[in-house]
Order: sequence, then structure tokens, then C-alpha cells
Amino acid sequence: MAAAASGSASTTCKTHRLIASPLPKPYSTSSTQLPFKFTSRATAAPTSISCSLTRDSAALQMDDKNDNGAFPVLPRPDSFGRFGKYGGKYVPETLMHALAELEAAFHALANDEEFQKELNGILKDYVGRETPLYFAERLTEHYKRPNGEGPHVYLKREDLNHTGAHKINNAVAQALLAKKLGKKRIIAETGAGQHGVATATVCARFGLQCIIYMGAQDMERQALNVFRMRLLGAEVRPVHSGTATLKDATSEAIRDWVTNVETTHYILGSVAGPHPYPMMVRDFHKVIGRETRKQALEKWGGKPDVLVACVGGGSNAMGLFHEFVDDKDVRLIGVEAAGFGLDSGKHAATLTKGEVGVLHGAMSYLLQDDDGQIIEPHSISAGLDYPGVGPEHSFLKDMGRAEYYSITDEEALEAFKRLSRLEGIIPALETSHALAYLEKLCPTLPDGAKVVLNCSGRGDKDVQTAIKHLKL
Amino acid sequence: MATFLRYTNTSVTGFQLKNPQNPFYLHSHSQTRTLSTQKRLVTPMAALSITPTTNISHTFRKLKDQGKVAFIPYITAGDPDLSTTAQALKMLDSYGSDVIELGVPFSDPIQDGPVIQASATRSLARGTNFNAIMSMLKEVVPQLSCPIVLFSYLNPILKHGVEKFMHNIMDVGVHGLVVPDAPFEVTESLRQEAVKNKIELALLTTPTTPTDRMKDIVEASEGFVYLVSSVGVTGVRESVNEQVPTLLREIREATSKPVAVGFGLSKPEHLKKVAEWGADGVIVGSAIVKVLGEAKCPKEGLRELETFIKSLKSALL
Repeated sequence: MAAAASGSASTTCKTHRLIASPLPKPYSTSSTQLPFKFTSRATAAPTSISCSLTRDSAALQMDDKNDNGAFPVLPRPDSFGRFGKYGGKYVPETLMHALAELEAAFHALANDEEFQKELNGILKDYVGRETPLYFAERLTEHYKRPNGEGPHVYLKREDLNHTGAHKINNAVAQALLAKKLGKKRIIAETGAGQHGVATATVCARFGLQCIIYMGAQDMERQALNVFRMRLLGAEVRPVHSGTATLKDATSEAIRDWVTNVETTHYILGSVAGPHPYPMMVRDFHKVIGRETRKQALEKWGGKPDVLVACVGGGSNAMGLFHEFVDDKDVRLIGVEAAGFGLDSGKHAATLTKGEVGVLHGAMSYLLQDDDGQIIEPHSISAGLDYPGVGPEHSFLKDMGRAEYYSITDEEALEAFKRLSRLEGIIPALETSHALAYLEKLCPTLPDGAKVVLNCSGRGDKDVQTAIKHLKL
Repeated sequence: MATFLRYTNTSVTGFQLKNPQNPFYLHSHSQTRTLSTQKRLVTPMAALSITPTTNISHTFRKLKDQGKVAFIPYITAGDPDLSTTAQALKMLDSYGSDVIELGVPFSDPIQDGPVIQASATRSLARGTNFNAIMSMLKEVVPQLSCPIVLFSYLNPILKHGVEKFMHNIMDVGVHGLVVPDAPFEVTESLRQEAVKNKIELALLTTPTTPTDRMKDIVEASEGFVYLVSSVGVTGVRESVNEQVPTLLREIREATSKPVAVGFGLSKPEHLKKVAEWGADGVIVGSAIVKVLGEAKCPKEGLRELETFIKSLKSALL
């Protein structure tokens, strides 16, 4: 399988090529089969569909690193939206055409200078980019070992963006895209409310009708954000079905899109969902990593050694990681929510405890029970409280390119306090998970190792939750 | 032993209209062990023939020969509970359903509107799971004369393993499968396992599907082609989308396979219209689920269901 880089067919079943499926259609390309493994009772004949992509990816890891140790350049994603076996477009037929249209528009605009110029202008003057790469002096001091050695910790200040989180990078770009598509109605899902606020913000900025779906339970714990969305002119619709949290809000947003696809654009908030969303949302956030490379070069004349980011759906992490995925000497670390603990059954550590399945249009790791029903996750931070994860993260995990760990509610709260006390920055509870992981990571790093942590949001929205839990 | 009752065509019509009390009603509401006991009253007036249930394609073929449009109700397994589902299946069968769609409840049904969503939530809250549904079907399917099409989202199928899933449903006598969130591109592997287990995988086409893609879909669809009548999720609608006749015509140009129209159909007038437009089958989901699931109690739900089914079926006569 050294031909891994030879085209999109390589990321799907080996046996698929033997079968030579005749589908010369523009809308369906290489991936015509479910790229998952299932064992047949009889021994698999060469033409049976026993494609095991885990087998493929393992083979890739071991045999296919080229001479300088870099991974072969696999399409991320391929033309069907697959990252290895993950991703794809598992949606009702009604949406397939809209997804194809969206992808075509995205590619066209990616090469459109006017669009890029307009977008960059807005990112600069409205969002406030570029965000600083800040050397966290006292946090670094905190991690110094008795002999004075320790890593250098930098924070990429996405919390300084307009609306207080990285979410706006994607919201702004998608709103512009929607305008180019002639869509006047915008819908979005939201968990904590940050993506909802970002979407309401850009809709106000661009004069678009805005409807946000939010789980009824989430609306209660993030009342401040609900108010902000309404103040910005959005309609916030409570979702009572299922568990009344983020996953149900996402399902409801998808249903709205299925129904109103001709007039409506769905601004999905993370690198999850059906293709082209994981690719699009990553691309709209990749500015984070791009700036980081430039800033690292300016500050210390090199690259970061380790990148750390929290992972809910995975958008801020992909935004930081993407630039560096092909730099094998940069370690990528994602931190998920372990809630009450990995063995408690109340967590959101999808990549650690989940299994592969299909949710909200993508094949990825997800938290499910024995019957394939999606489990309600738990995290103190609403933004990490998602039972799925972006398919590209599932892929990076399987490939061994990125490492994923998890942090409990308690550890996150400690880190929330720590950054506030040591740097005068109150981080979002989501970001606090990444910060908490530094406690475990830094003691293992060599002296002078450069760590860049994505400070994905600020914590003003979380003070009420913190008040309940912290005795100050 | 599996016994099957099949009405002959001439007797069915007369029977149902003249006899409010169906002598072939197989067991009473009051019995809790409904799955194992049957009461059968055989009257000399009906001509009975006992034949095994045939698959979906064959069912449609027979109906076409008779110039009839298939009546296809949908209910969610386990709403309000599996025992009621078992009774409902038998009732739907005895009141002239030609194919019955049975939904496997899923936690995140993105193709379904509030009625079917709520029915899935109720069913899951009661602890309905795949094995329980299979056990129920194993008992009930032999008592039905019309074939069952299972309606399931993709994740539960993947979790069980595609091969195991297909084998299990075949084992309990299911003949067809619809997977609303498996796009055409991935259905080939599903279909390979389905075919091995004699399960017909029916695919959906919609008003937003471009013609070229529709042609590929109808080519690959087995059993029948599911034409989604409108852009949206399941749920009762006031009127039927006026695009349906055009969509039907385009599909007919591409295939001779039977086409069943679904989503939104809730009144006898709807069914009549769709039948006049040339559909081979009409699928009624939310309207039926609502009657059964939102009744004060299962007994009443089944009673109201009976009335509703009769009124719908009369539109197709």
C-alpha cells in the first residue's frame, strides 16, 4: 500500500479496487462502500467486502513513512469527505444536493481573491485578529523543576477575539459564504452558547435572519449567553427532545436544514457533521495555526514542540493543529472532558472511551450503548459536552499522529483558578481542560521545550458555574 | 409452526365493509400473554388460503396485477410498548395493509419530525432494544400475511455489525429494510449483506435529488423506490406536494420498479390523490404513530387505530 498518496481510493477499502465498482458519476467518487470492518462467517473471499481500514492505517503507519520519517500525504479529506474511514456524508438524501452545492461554493471561494480579501479584512477589523502568542511567564515558572529546568508555556490568545472565543473565525466566514450563496436565513446549534453568540453576532453584522437551537437543559445553565443571543437579534429555540442538550440541538438544526434547505444555510459550529463541514470549519480556523507558526518564528526562531488544545467537537484544536500536521516533530495533544471520571459513566471522553459509529452525518468515534443508541455525555463545561468528535480527530488518533487524554471536572476547575491567579486571565471552562493537562505534561518535557496551548475562550460566561463549585 | 392467513381479494373488500367485528382478529386486548395464544373464528363466508408471506417486490407485483395501490402504514416498535406493537401489527395486517414499515427507535432520528421523535423517545424510555424487538417479531411475523420492512438509522446497524444485523432480521422474517441516513454511496456494502440474507434494501429519492442521481438510486433500490414527497422530515402536512406527479413521472421514465410515496400523508384525500397520480404505494407514518402513541391508553390507541386505518384504506378502494 505504498501507493497511499496516489489518490483518494487509497484511503478506502483495499478490496474495493478489486471489485471495480462502475460509478462514473461526478457526485460519487472513490468511496462507494462503508469503510468499516465486519467479519463474515465464511472466510473472506478476495472479492468480499471485508475492508478493514484499521488494518490499512496500521500498515500505513509501520511501512509507509517515507525517508525523512514524515507520514505520506493522505488526502485530508478525500473527495467523499473521508479522513481514512472517518467522515463522509451520512445524512438524509434530501440534504445530499445541498452539501454538494456547499462544497462547490466553498472551493470556488477558497480561490476567490475578493472573498479572501473581504474575509481577512473582517477578521482583522471586526474580530480583532491576529491574536497574540503570549509567553505565560508565571505559568512557566510554576512548571519549573527544582533544578530550574522546564518547558516554556505560550498561550495562543483566541479568548481575545471578538465574542471571547475562537468560534467567531468560522461563524464570520460561513456567514460570508451564505451571503454569496444567496441564503438569507441562518441556523445554528449551540451547547454552551459561544457558537450561538458568535453566529448571532455575525448575523447582526451581516443582516441575516438567525435561529439558534439550544438544548433546554443548556439554556438553563448558560442563561447569560441566551440573553446575549436574543439581544443580538437571534431567535433561540429550546430543544426538548431526547436529552435536551447539545446533541439534540444539533439533531434539531439538521432537521430544520432538511426542511428549509433551499433558503437556509446551516452554520455548524465545529469540525463535526457531514462533509464538507469538517473540512470547511477546519479551514476557517486554520488561521490560528498559521499565525502561530509565524509568531513562533518571530519569538524564538523555531516551531512549537508541543501543541495542546481542548477537544469537544474539535474545532479549536484542528484550527491550531492543521498547520502542523505534516511537521512530524510537532507533538499534537488533544484534551477531552472526563467529567466525573472515566469510570463513572458521566464524561465526554469520546476518543478514549467511545466506539466508531455514525452521528450527525459523520463516521467518527462516539459514546454509544450496546444497542447503538447515543449516550448523553457529561462535563462541567457545556462546550465539551458532545458525545461525538470531529472525524479528523478520530483519524489523527488512529494514525497515532495526535494524542488524546482527558481531564475531570475537578481538575478543570483547579486549572480555571490557577490561570486566573498566575496570569490574570480567566479561561473558559473548556480551555481549563487543556490547561489542567499541563500538570501532567510539563514534568515530562525537556528543558526549554516550547509548548503552545490554545487559549480558546475566556471564562466570563462560566463565573456562575464556578461560583457554585468554588469556595473562594 | 408458522401459519399464515391470507385474504383472497374478493373476500377482503366485502368482509371489512360489512363486518365491523373482524372474525379474524387473532387475540383480545385483555390478554397479557398475547404473543402465544390466538383466538381464531373461522366463518364459512370468507374464502381463505394460507400462503407464506412473500417479499416486497412480489407483493407489489401482485397488487399491480390486481390494479391496486399498496397501503403501507408505519409504526415505531415499542411505542407505547412492544406488546401493543405486536397487537398493532396484527391489526394493521388484518385491516388490509399490504406492507408494514416498523421503525427501530433511535436516540437521534434526524429524518424524523416531532411525532416520530416523541414516539422513539417514549419507546427507548421503556427500555426497548433491538433484541426485544427481534423476539417480538419472531412471535408475530408468522401470524402476519403481509411483509415487514424495518426502518432503522445506520448507527444501530453498524453497532450490531451489518452482517449480524441482516442475518438477525432475516431470521425473524423481515423482508425489507430502509436506512434513511445511509446515502446512496454507502449502500452498496449494506446491499451486499442484505442480498445474502434475502432482505430488500429500499432507497429513498427526494424532490432535491438531481435526476442523474435519482436514476442511480432507483437502479440500485430493491423491493420498491421510496419517494419522499416533500423537502423535510417526517410529519403530518396539510396537503400533498404538487411536485409529486412530476417526480413520479421522472422516476417511471427511469425504472419500472414500484414507487411508494411517503412523508406527510395523513388523510384519506391525500391517499386518493397520490394513488390517482400513479403511485404504486402510499406510506402513512406520523398520522398513525400519533393515534397509537398519544392515546390515553394502549387499548384506546388500538381502537382509534382501527377506525383510522379503515378510513385510510377506504380511500384506496
